[in-house]
Amino acid sequence: MQITVYVNGATCTATVEPRLLLIHFLRDDLRLTGSHWGCDTSNCGACVVWLDDTPVKSCTVLAVMADGRRVLTVEGLEQRGRLDPVQEGFARCHGLQCGFCTPGMMMTARWLLDHHPDPSPQEIREAISGQICRCTGYENIVRSIVWAGQHEAGAHDA
Amino acid sequence: MQVPAQVEYERAASVEHALDLLARYGPEARVLAGGHSLIPMMKLRLAQPETLIDINGLSELSYVRLAAGELLIGALTRHAELLACAPAGEHFAILHDAERVIADPIVRNWGTIGGSLCQADPSEDLSAAFAALKATMVIRGPGGSRTIPARDFHTGPYETVVAPGEILTEVRISLRTVGQDQAGRKGSAYEKVGRRVGDWPVGAAGAALWLAGGTVAEAGIGLSALGARNFAAAEAEEFLLGAPATEESFRRAGEIAAEHCRPVADQRGPADYKRHLACELTTRALRTAARRAAGLAREIL
Amino acid sequence: MTPEPLITEPLTADSPTPEPLTAELVTPGAYGPVRRKEDARFIRGKGLFVDDIQLPGMLYGAVLRSPLAHARIVSVDVESALAHPQVEAVITGEMLAARGLAWMPTLSGDVQAVLATDKVRYQGQEIAFVVARDRYSARDALELISVEYEPLPPVVDAQRALDPGAPVVRDDLPGKTDNHIFDWEAGDEAATAAAFAAADVVVTQDMLYPRSHPAPLETCGIVADLDTVSGKLTLWATTQAPHAHRTLYSLVVGIPEHKIRVVSPDVGGGFGNKVPVYPGYICAIVGTMLTGRPVKWMEDRSENLMSTSFARDYHMHGEIAATRDGRILALRARVLGDHGAFNATAQPTKYPAGFFHIFTGSYDLQAAHCQVTAVHTNKAPGGVAYACSFRITEAVYLVERMVDLLARELEMDPAQLRMQNLLRPEQFPYTGPTGWEYDSGEYPRALNLALDMAGYAELRKEQADKRARGEYMGIGLSFFTEGVGAGPRAHMDILGFGMADGADLRVFPTGKAVLAISVQTQGQGHETTFAQIVAQELGLSPDDVDVVHGDTDRTPFGLGTYGSRSTPVSGAAAVVVARKVRERARLVAAAMLEVSADDLDWSDGAWRVRGDPEQSARIPEIAMAAHSSLELPEGVEGHLDAETVYNPPNLTFPFGAYICVTDVDPGTGVVKVRRFIAVDDCGVRINPMIVEGQVHGGLADGVGMALMQVIAFDTDGNCLGGSFMDYLLPTALECPSWELGATVTPSPHHPIGAKGVGESATVGSPAAVVNSVLDALAPFGVRHADMPLTPANVWSAIQGRPLRTDLAVS
Repeated sequence: MQITVYVNGATCTATVEPRLLLIHFLRDDLRLTGSHWGCDTSNCGACVVWLDDTPVKSCTVLAVMADGRRVLTVEGLEQRGRLDPVQEGFARCHGLQCGFCTPGMMMTARWLLDHHPDPSPQEIREAISGQICRCTGYENIVRSIVWAGQHEAGAHDA
Repeated sequence: MQVPAQVEYERAASVEHALDLLARYGPEARVLAGGHSLIPMMKLRLAQPETLIDINGLSELSYVRLAAGELLIGALTRHAELLACAPAGEHFAILHDAERVIADPIVRNWGTIGGSLCQADPSEDLSAAFAALKATMVIRGPGGSRTIPARDFHTGPYETVVAPGEILTEVRISLRTVGQDQAGRKGSAYEKVGRRVGDWPVGAAGAALWLAGGTVAEAGIGLSALGARNFAAAEAEEFLLGAPATEESFRRAGEIAAEHCRPVADQRGPADYKRHLACELTTRALRTAARRAAGLAREIL
Repeated sequence: MTPEPLITEPLTADSPTPEPLTAELVTPGAYGPVRRKEDARFIRGKGLFVDDIQLPGMLYGAVLRSPLAHARIVSVDVESALAHPQVEAVITGEMLAARGLAWMPTLSGDVQAVLATDKVRYQGQEIAFVVARDRYSARDALELISVEYEPLPPVVDAQRALDPGAPVVRDDLPGKTDNHIFDWEAGDEAATAAAFAAADVVVTQDMLYPRSHPAPLETCGIVADLDTVSGKLTLWATTQAPHAHRTLYSLVVGIPEHKIRVVSPDVGGGFGNKVPVYPGYICAIVGTMLTGRPVKWMEDRSENLMSTSFARDYHMHGEIAATRDGRILALRARVLGDHGAFNATAQPTKYPAGFFHIFTGSYDLQAAHCQVTAVHTNKAPGGVAYACSFRITEAVYLVERMVDLLARELEMDPAQLRMQNLLRPEQFPYTGPTGWEYDSGEYPRALNLALDMAGYAELRKEQADKRARGEYMGIGLSFFTEGVGAGPRAHMDILGFGMADGADLRVFPTGKAVLAISVQTQGQGHETTFAQIVAQELGLSPDDVDVVHGDTDRTPFGLGTYGSRSTPVSGAAAVVVARKVRERARLVAAAMLEVSADDLDWSDGAWRVRGDPEQSARIPEIAMAAHSSLELPEGVEGHLDAETVYNPPNLTFPFGAYICVTDVDPGTGVVKVRRFIAVDDCGVRINPMIVEGQVHGGLADGVGMALMQVIAFDTDGNCLGGSFMDYLLPTALECPSWELGATVTPSPHHPIGAKGVGESATVGSPAAVVNSVLDALAPFGVRHADMPLTPANVWSAIQGRPLRTDLAVS
């Protein structure tokens, strides 16, 4: 089946099997390997991307369901060479170690800050409660998102 | 990662179109809404439909509104949308209590009310919440719509009354203004124990109370994951009718609810623990529902 | 030069708590909370993980796995799978056996089936390997393989594995008639018995450290690519030990070692899970040999949980002997270790039970003795993984639970009991009753700091107030001593490879440096911290130093990263090699400045003429000179490069004091972790930001293992923890905001006094959480309950019936 998906602002047309998962379409077909997968049961959240402005677990969405819709991945956070404050925050506050959960965490963080510009640490923890990190114990992820919320205006190159 | 078996795919442009497609593709076709109940089953190959009928474009099924003394929830409403809908929470706090503990915030963005109900997992939270509220399900088929009480919606684990050519379209909950007597007040609550946030319940209880003065005018108790018939504790509800809205009544109701459920021992816990939860959580849910009915409850985190 | 210890007066239990030490006080020069160099790619989604790799013509592998825990294989029919239009090859055990590849050596001197031939011995064991043109077809083709099994009764309960008449798991081993693997002991049995006999009080307790799994977020996988023209085999693999893997593959597969290149690109977490060689890797290699095309195999999460190296599964019986006034005299432990179907644990050869015999902990004991028996069961192989520091997680859990039980028996405060018995600073270096030589430690200082940070007295008061109101909170302690940085090659080898690690340092003419090391980061920040080490020694900026790792073509041989060994061993190697370069630079500088080398001192990042420090040369100019035509003294070679192999003289011994505060709802059994205070001492801290991140991560492990994580089985041998729906990992909501403190007690034998910290928090935290919950439940008379303390388990414990957590008896 032919689908057209608008990914990070680019129009992507492809012929895919209906059963193809969106995460595989992004990673294997479009070569956007920044989003990852880590489980079989929609628990870990390594695959979180935006589908039409909403964070979803792309391992639980078929590529055909994204036909005609917009997708934003971690590769789309940086704009014209300028890092998003969320990316800057994660680097400054040591919010990542192995980096595997990081893209998903940042996509959720970006959405949270867009809708709740000044979240409390508890609200941040709730927002990322569907995503697993094995390295950081979450503390610095929370600090990274707090930092990003406080520095929205000042994005610059890392 | 595990991946689904091959499947055909159609996209419905309207509810009528969806019904046509279901008729055309027969019983091996499945409705695809958010997919967050169905697609995980397909990845594990526990579900292997031949055709998916994608209804995500049917915005006419996505709504939460008040009309003619009822709260109406379209089946395609996302969990996150129901949680964000203030009027739904104001009338029936149980719905927000339950939504807050269903899966996780990202899954709630895409999973739908209808999808969860139709998957019919015996641990599904909204089934208990709607049972407590004595909601009504609206099912549309080729011959038109029919209604069925929420308590009759499930016929067994993973089985509902929705026939192969039908679609669940709406859930209705009566606001039940208690006559002219403005002393009638309602409150509801949901209490869930899980091994961790986002887990299916080890046990959960939802309660809805309508009080007239200090007496229970009407009571609804829904239980999830505890082996309660039709997700409901009908005997405990009967006990509460006309009873004083006191701690003692709620405790007794909890005991009765526990007596009548058949929890199954599994990795989440042994049967005696679950039976205990039936009692404990029913009591707590009733207590909070009563406090809310009296306007005394603080915001639950 | 050994750094000076920071506090010189002896401390007693009554000493006032010193000010917490901040990073700025202890770290000179290039040390400090330097931002990580590796982050630039990860925050852009530009990391390179194994599944990101796509090569032209690449094929995909999938493993068919046994649904049964124990069964004879009657037949394997792959005809239909081979007929699938997208399938290129199907590999069976029979095919491998014809090539002598059906079995491979394990890290414990046993053998493990690559693909089963005679029997399957655990649910999830590998039966066949499909190679197809895309990953979806590979998965489809698995269903086309028919296997006929003859089910056999399984051995699932380790405690029944040595019963007479128990089914024999390893009938493949000649003459094997039982499930016994080994017995091992340490300590002085007679002296311990005497101490127990003389004691006023003896407390005993059985406790299980249940089977757990590291579950890094990235699963295990490989891309195997054989160049049929050159004969070179390139493997991109999730491995924590690329060189060891290269050697193993050459021995198993028969390709000469210099024709194998192992590249560990970015690794999405390891935690010991990515140390072993797994059957899927061998199958992928065979796949590329058969097809001549690259073959990728990435396991899914259920495969990871069900078949790769699990952790723990130690059934322990602990005994503690003390005087009535609280002096601990001796400890005794008997352990039954469930190793699964094959003995594949990764630990030094002489220590089949790892370093469990450090179970004497942080206390001054007269005697100790432990005895470990290991058995086979019909479960996946493994045991040493998940940040255990070679079984130190089990050891610390045991001793810290026993100390708490003793405190309960003596009606003493558990902090007071610990303080009374902790080793004193003047006792270091300390040789313990089971032979460990602890290098340095200031234990009371760390405990005092933790108690102070927690506000311990206020917490106890709050607890009393709450109990009077029928509310239940718990305060749990854990004081741990770790032994990391394996290890001296005379005592420590894995599969015959001495645990020494190499480092190569090259300084280019413009003064930029490249350090090649043999360890492999999986998130620990080596690209940054090792650059800091070299920069500090050579007066450079960390930005001037690039760290190369993970590619066997570009790095020296070493045993890899696990057991928190990177900083103690490879970090030391980096220091040593940098100092070699610096010494060579001295000779070149002497030639440049036309003085004798003896007249030069190193200070402030330069070689300076004694008495005339302005006459100096920094590394960049020395490097240029070393590559130039400058006349060098006799015997001095050009360039500014050096290499070393570091053989550590001993382990290093980080330690810490942890305090956990929990609130328990007795009506439901739900536990909430309210606070967690962690004081860690890992010696000199190269990058405190990274150190703290390591601690944060390990503390989450403690919450997870104490409250929710377990790989359990039913009596048929079905694995009940095969997905993240049932193997539950803590999220941000279960974890409190960690409160960290630090003390710094340098290691006397490490070149910069650093000790390593990667596993400390995972080692120390579970006991703190468990002790806290049991402290909350004390009024109910609950003495002990095993991890995980799920709501059901907590409630059942309150009723007097704590649950058996590892085995679901139907």
